[in-house]
Formats: sequence, C-alpha cells, structure tokens
Amino acid sequence: MSAALDLHHGGYSAAGALDVRAPGLLRFITCGSVDDGKSTLIGRILHDAGAVPQDQLDNLEADSRRFGTQGSAPDFALLVDGLAAEREQGITIDVAYRYFATPRRAFIVADTPGHEQYTRNMATGATGADLAVILVDARKGLLPQTLRHAFIVSLVGVRRVVVAVNKMDLVGYNEAVFREIERAFHADTATLGFIDAVVLPVSALTGDNVLAGSPHTPWYEGPTLLSHLETVDTESAPVAQVAPFRLPVQWVNRPDPTFRGLSGSVASGTVRTGDAITVLPSGTASTVKSILGPAGPQQSAGAGEAVTLCLADEVDASRGDMLVAAGDRLVPSSRFRGRLLWMSTNPPDPANILLRVHNVTAPAILTVNDRIDIETYERHAAETLPLNGIGHVTITSDRPLVVDPYWRDRDLGAFILMDRVSDETVALGVIDAVEAGPAGRERATGQDVPLRARVLRLLAPEPPASADRLAEAVVWRLVISALFGVIVMVLTGSLAIGFAAGLADAVARTLLRAALRDLLAQIQLRRGDVHIDGSGI
Amino acid sequence: MIQLTHLQKLEAEAIHVLREVAATAQRPVLLYSIGKDSAVLLHLAMKAFHPGKPPFPLLHVDTTWKFREMIAFRDRRVSELGLELIVHVNADGVAAGVNPFSVGSRVHTDVMKTQALRQALDTHGFDAAIGGARRDEERSRAKERIFSLRSAGHRWDPKGQRPEPWRLFNTRHKPGETFRVFPLSNWTEADVWAYVAAENISVVPLYFAAPRPVVQRDGTWIMRDDNRMELRPGETLETRWVRFRTLGCYPLTGAVESRATTLPAIIEEMRLSRWSERQGRLIDSDGAASMEQKKQEGYF
Repeated sequence: MSAALDLHHGGYSAAGALDVRAPGLLRFITCGSVDDGKSTLIGRILHDAGAVPQDQLDNLEADSRRFGTQGSAPDFALLVDGLAAEREQGITIDVAYRYFATPRRAFIVADTPGHEQYTRNMATGATGADLAVILVDARKGLLPQTLRHAFIVSLVGVRRVVVAVNKMDLVGYNEAVFREIERAFHADTATLGFIDAVVLPVSALTGDNVLAGSPHTPWYEGPTLLSHLETVDTESAPVAQVAPFRLPVQWVNRPDPTFRGLSGSVASGTVRTGDAITVLPSGTASTVKSILGPAGPQQSAGAGEAVTLCLADEVDASRGDMLVAAGDRLVPSSRFRGRLLWMSTNPPDPANILLRVHNVTAPAILTVNDRIDIETYERHAAETLPLNGIGHVTITSDRPLVVDPYWRDRDLGAFILMDRVSDETVALGVIDAVEAGPAGRERATGQDVPLRARVLRLLAPEPPASADRLAEAVVWRLVISALFGVIVMVLTGSLAIGFAAGLADAVARTLLRAALRDLLAQIQLRRGDVHIDGSGI
Repeated sequence: MIQLTHLQKLEAEAIHVLREVAATAQRPVLLYSIGKDSAVLLHLAMKAFHPGKPPFPLLHVDTTWKFREMIAFRDRRVSELGLELIVHVNADGVAAGVNPFSVGSRVHTDVMKTQALRQALDTHGFDAAIGGARRDEERSRAKERIFSLRSAGHRWDPKGQRPEPWRLFNTRHKPGETFRVFPLSNWTEADVWAYVAAENISVVPLYFAAPRPVVQRDGTWIMRDDNRMELRPGETLETRWVRFRTLGCYPLTGAVESRATTLPAIIEEMRLSRWSERQGRLIDSDGAASMEQKKQEGYF
C-alpha cells in the first residue's frame, strides 16, 4: 500500500483522489440576494475545475434546453439546483453541498438560497463554514438581503468573507461601479467584525476572474476567486487545542458489567491518560484511566476527536454532562444572554420552548430583549420576533447547564430552540454571556490549570487565536518593546537604562493587555451586549 | 498539537452521528446494502461502540435480484462480526411476479426496494434508519440533511426540511414519523475508497476486475449472474474483464471494462474517470427528477 493511502496524510489531488501533500480543507458558502448568481458561480467553478463528470455534463445540456435561462448556452446553476422545484422555478430553495478539489486544496461548498423565505437554509450552511462568498449583483449593488446574509455570517462566527461583485459583464466591466460597491460594503459592514473582507469583480456567466484572470478588468490587480480560496488562511487551528479540555458526554458505553465508558467528541483542549477531570454539573472529580479512539487505545485525544473515556472511579455521568479538566472555571448556570435567528412563521411561544445546547435538551423560557434591524444593524425595542428576525434574547433553562459564550467555545455556546408541540427547529443562536448562577460564577483559581495553558492565555491577543497568530502577536510585541528600548537608549545615552526600559515595556504591556481583556469580559458579562472578537454586534 | 487529517475528520463526524442515533432513537436500524458504502458504515459502527457491538440490528432489503456474490459476502460478514441481520423481502411483490424484466426497472425498484423498505420499517417499528448515502452521489442527495425527517407515510419533503445548524441535531419526531440518518453525508467516492484502503476493509469482490459473463444491453455491460436473465434476440454472452463501481440488482447495474484488480488500481482508475459512479445505475435515469421522486416516495 502506498503512502498516499495513509489515513494520517490523506488529501486530494486535482481529480479528487488522495495525495500525500494534503493541502487541507476549506468549507465555504455562497450567499447573497436572489438572482445574484450564486448557483451559477458554483456551477462555473465546478465546471472549470473539472469536477463535473461527463454524464452530469450530458444531463446539463438536456436540462439547459429544458429549464435553462441562458438560451442555448449551458446554465451552470442547474448543476447545483438539484430539486425539481428549483429547476422549474430557476431558484435555489435548499442548501446544496458540493465537493471538489484542486491541486492546492479540497473544498466543501454549501450553495445557499437567496430568497428571504429560505433564510433558515442559508443559516444552516453558514454554521459549518470557514469562509463566506457574498455575491453582489453589480447592477443592483448592496441589497437588504446582502446585508442580512452578511449579518448572519457574522453572527455564527464566520470572520472571513469574499465579496464577489458579479455580472461585471453587464456593467461593461466599469471600475467606478465596482469601487462604489467595494466602498459601500466596507462602510456598511464595519461593525460586523470581519477580519478579512476581500472584494473582487467577477462574472460567473463568462468566467471572468473566477478561475482565470480577466482581460476586461486591467484595473483589478488582486487574485482571482479560486486562487484566493486556495490560499486564504483559515485559522483552522483555533485555540481549541490550547484551550482547557472539555468533552460533552454523548453516549454511555456499557456493553457488559466489566466496561463502562463515556463516549463523545472532544470540544476543546487535549486530554491524556492520568489527567484529573471534573464531571459537570455535579462537580465529581476523577482521573482518566484510558482513552479509546477509532483505532484502539490511545494516550491522548484532542479537539474534534470522537473518543470513549474510561474513568478511574465509578462516577455518575450521563448524556448531557460535561467532562472538563480539573480547575476549569466553568460554572453551571441556568440563565444566559445571546442573539438568535427566529426561523418559524409563528412568533415565539415562551411556554413551549425546548433548548438544545451540546448534548443537553431542556425546557427553557425565552425572553426577547430587542430586535436588530438587518439593514441598519440598529437595535429596536421588541418583545417578539417575526420569521427571519434577529434579536438579543435572554434564555432561562429549568436546570443549570454547562455553557460558555460562543466566542470562547463554539461547541458550548451554540444552541437551537425547538417547539415542544410542533417539534420543529424554530431558532438558532449563539450565547454571548452567561449570567452568574445562584452561587455566583467562580473565578478561576489557576491552581490546576497547566502552566503552558496559563502562559498562552496571558499572551493570546484575542480568543480564538491560532498558534500562527499567537506567534505573530508575540513577535510584534517584542519588536515594539525593543524599539522603545532603543529610543530610550538613544535619548538617555545609557545602554542599561534602554535595556531595562524595553524589558519593562514588554512585561507591562503583556500584563496590562491581559488585565484589560479580563476587565472587558467582566463588563460584557454585566451589560450583556457584546462586541468581542468581532463576531457580531 | 494534533491536527486531524481530512479522513480522520470525516471518520470522527460519522462516529459522532452514529452515537447520536444510538443515544436518541427508540429503535434504530442500520440499512446494510452490502456495497462499499455499507462496508464503511458497518466498519464505523463497530468503532463507534467498541468494545461493545452496535446497539442496533442490520437490515437488508433483498429484492431477490442481487448478485449472488453480494449475498454470500453479506452472510459471511455478519457471522464474522456476530451481528443480528434482518433480511426483508416484499413477499407480495414476489407473489405478483414482479421482476426487472416483467415490469421494468421503475416498477421493480418501487415494489421490491421502496415499498419493501417501508414494510420492513413499519413491521419492526424502526424509528431511525441509518444509511450510507452520500451527498456527492446525486444532485437531490446533495440537498439532504444528516438527520432527515420522513412523514408518517415515509415521504420526504425536500422543500420543508428542518434547519440543521452546527451538530445540533433535532431528533424529535411524532409517532409514525421516522428519520433517515446519513453519517457519510460529507464523504466523496474518493474518500470512501481511500478509507477502505487505509483501514483494510473487506468489500465484495465484484468491485475488482475479473473475467465475467456479460451482455451488451441498453448501452452498458450487464452481467448475467444466473439463468433467470434471458438473452434477447441478437444478444450474445461474452466473457470480458469488467468490474462494478456501484452494486445493486444485477440486471440494472452496468459494469465497466477494467483491469483494476487491486485497491490502488481502482483508486487510480477512478481518478482518471470522467464519469460519475451512478452512471452505471439504470434506475437513476428513469425520469428528470428521478432520484428525488423515488426519495419522496420513501426510497433510500
């Protein structure tokens, strides 16, 4: 068996087979208003990247003659719009997932509907994405639905966006039109906290700047859409790995009286055999006796792994409980504030709400605090939410739950609401702040937190940070401190004073930043409105 | 710091989904259709519940027209693993003489697969059926949720699917409603073969090229697996080196000419192929929205 088939080095090559050079995976969505050309763009990428098999191309020709909107030319949207109703109406109703690969990266793309009516399906696609491609029709500019999608993308924590100004061919590749949309997007979404918003001129229909550069836009010097997607940094290793260990118990594995294991997927951090852990919400302490992974016993397990843990003691733990590293500051609470997208045609019925967060489902009371205007992003007083309405809410559960703000821990901070009568999923949302429980939210003692994690916490510029960003931040800080030292040295003419000043600056800056961050977190906890880490307003 | 590979992430996701079914369904079942996707699914189920056995039986809906090698492989695999297998045949269909030749592929598939599956689920009261379907197989499947709700009549409503954000599955359903659950949703054909190779999973030998008795029919090679298949005037039986990319009822499954006798050869052949795997499935082209329609009626 060749090395290319090794599970631990798997990736794709151009045609979708495995390659040792494993370029990693980018999950992205396309979103934007109706008829901005999302499905056509995806169809175009799939087609130009050679990801459409011959029999599907043959079908495309037949379908294009029957349903197509492009005359005799193939209608690439039909490659993606897979439902009969979608092809008949020429619209996208539900999210479609497509898979393709280039020599540089594998992609999972979720093509989402633009119709306001199907916003719930767009949001479904957005929750799994590393990046969002927001399409804008060059003739129409930013529409309300463009801003709504930008907001939802930001709400669920997608911080990288590409704005594809589409149909440039229909405005004569006019640079002024493009620049105006570019300016408007940056201005209108300034509060959404995108850390990387690239705007490009494209034509999905003709392929301009999609895979290949365009001779029609000599004034544009940036990357093509695909080359940007191939190279964009996804921050795929967020703090999840250095964060404290947390595992929501999903299923108790007890096949016979001799074995009792707790199965689940690690939400964050790393666990090793022998580690001290605590079961929440009960607070029972134990240690990890063994870890069973997909390939058998293993010494440690990290974020994203589906494992089974055996504990040294017979502790009471079941589905919905949380295993955390001893010393984790998490305290169960039955009240939290957050933001949600209401997805039902019926207004919230506070008496019939069921909350699901990680593996817990619990009755809860929903209080709407305000509604956010999706065009201006202003907050308006409101006591209820309409279909597709977004607002700040307070949720009170019937028992203390182990939760954490979404910006700190995605697996513990994302939730859905279900209607107890209809069983439908009526809302999705994120937790912004957890209120103190009856006993108050304990401060971390820091006693049992590993030194490495404490140092990283002190240095982390903002959660969540990747190892790369962390290193970058540390280097910058040192450079600035060194410069300061040099300036002081030149001014005072003393090497020793300059050195001492640089050192003092480095230490003080680090401590001050950490103190400031904790202070901000406290303020945010009290006020309940959040603008942390840019993932929303 | 541990970085999971693409395949390890897919594996973890599938195990997570399998455990979710075990934790939330009253009476789950794993639909075992013997092919490569089922082989991977079964392998993952053995891992998810290790050291225990999967806490659900396997169900095979037998149309009585499967390749003989598939049935032999099925029985051997189940006995090796010590699992419970339920084989369901639509007795009404058999009594009415339904077969691919007498009534055509569309009616045969409807009676012996779709209706048979509904019968089996109703008879045993299964409320969650785990299957190996993947979103990359077919365009209506690209629209499927991982936990896909079916109404009391086993109908799929593609326009009214529940939102499914993050991994927060809504597993609630009313009496009579059931779920189809697809742990391999995000796998591609290439992923499946890479995983089969990496994990050394045994698959039906029909996936590997060998000299087999085939006849050219409707533009594809059909293997004559037993003498229930009568040759039409002008058809001649030949022995050719062929293999199958997907496995179903033998009269409805086209073979491809191939010399690929090993996993690396299969993977290489697939990499170079410009045709999708379902191209060999005659039932998919029964109508414009063919698969979607079958799925709405309860087909897997």
